[in-house]
Amino acid sequence: MSGFLSSSIARKVAMALSALFLIIFLIIHLAVNLTSVFSADVFNEASHFMGTNPLIQFAMQPVLIFGVVFHFVMGFVLELKNKSARNVKYANYNGAANASWMSRNMVVSGAVILAFIVLHFIDFWIPEINTKYILGDMSGVLPGEEGYRYFEELQHKFANPARVGAYVIAFILLGLHLAHGFQSAFQSIGFNNKYTKCVKSFGTWYSILIPFGFIFVALYHYFNH
Amino acid sequence: MNLTLKIWRQKGPQDKGQMVEYKVTDISEHMSFLEMMDVLNESLVAKDEVPIAFDHDCREGICGMCSLHINGEPHGPDRGITTCQLHMRTFKDGDTIYIEPWRAKAFPVIKDLIVDRMAFERIQQAGGYISVNTSGNTQDANATPISKIDADLSMDAAACIGCGACVASCKNSSAMLFVAAKVSQYALLPQGRVEAADRVRNMVAQMDLEGFGNCTNTGACEVECPKGISLENIARMNREYLKATII
Repeated sequence: MSGFLSSSIARKVAMALSALFLIIFLIIHLAVNLTSVFSADVFNEASHFMGTNPLIQFAMQPVLIFGVVFHFVMGFVLELKNKSARNVKYANYNGAANASWMSRNMVVSGAVILAFIVLHFIDFWIPEINTKYILGDMSGVLPGEEGYRYFEELQHKFANPARVGAYVIAFILLGLHLAHGFQSAFQSIGFNNKYTKCVKSFGTWYSILIPFGFIFVALYHYFNH
Repeated sequence: MNLTLKIWRQKGPQDKGQMVEYKVTDISEHMSFLEMMDVLNESLVAKDEVPIAFDHDCREGICGMCSLHINGEPHGPDRGITTCQLHMRTFKDGDTIYIEPWRAKAFPVIKDLIVDRMAFERIQQAGGYISVNTSGNTQDANATPISKIDADLSMDAAACIGCGACVASCKNSSAMLFVAAKVSQYALLPQGRVEAADRVRNMVAQMDLEGFGNCTNTGACEVECPKGISLENIARMNREYLKATII
């Protein structure tokens, strides 16, 4: 990495900006998911719109994928660099005395989230891409059936307890990742002032409510399929 | 009180080094930690053994020389103090105490518990000053009005004694709290603003060159800092850096 991104602070800022972008994305994703609890029709319409709108598919989606990949790659690169900054380890290192578990284990929660994203892509994204762009079926309707297929597919996926369990664990780790990451992103971009207390408490609520929302949707469909 | 000490011994920079166990007896709870080390060293000298090398100077929490990673924390378990201000009453009779040097690639061990902290000096030399002509015609400092808030924040940042506890506590061995304190103490004052952009760029570049890790905002440095340097300084440095490089 050369130029601007070779500096430690620039990398921090880049991590923070990609994180803030992903934080906004999570809200949108959860909003669409929550519609499935209230109305199958609304969920179907929203899914079809998100899945076929050219602006979302060909402009927003590549930006999102870039943001996700960048955040993961940069996160792991920084972790390796940081590990190498201490070539001899302490015999006794009491990390819990001065920093939270979440802040010290962002790479652990991050790795679990990465594993979840792989599973999530295999579950939903790859079949969607296959149906729409390889088989060329943009209708959103199963052959011989009426109405959109999205809600039914969702219910089918969340009937499997192993998958629901994996999702729940991943969302708990996402919550722990956000519990540190939310306020950390603001600190990295230099935002530390009289509003920091608000940012921290908003971040805490965000890191609880967003993962809780995702878990609620997964469990709702598991118990109501 | 009687204690078991596990202390890092390393003959020189090239030596591999190892933890060695020592026993000390009849230690007064009123002793400072360094006095306890003195007692141990006296007993080693009496036995014709090489005493343990450790840094110390003023022994009143001002100079920043004493280091020591004690039981997993820089300057031991107490807050807002240096090792010379740590008292043995913090420990209990029969305790086992781990004593190690600061661990960071940028702070190589010279001998036993002494590390080379010249990396901090080189960062300072890269921009931690203001260029003032000291020909005798210098302006009276009080002629420039400075708000009380900024003056206080600058003084708070300038309280940094450069001991390196921030690096030692950080899981990433990051020196950002130190550099941020030095950047902030000048950035907050009109005299420092003139060279602010060059200062932050050069000091951060030197910090990266020295091989310190990257800050992940765990906040360990702020907790362990004997002078209470706040994380707000790191945010200020980030702002200064962005201003200096992008805007």
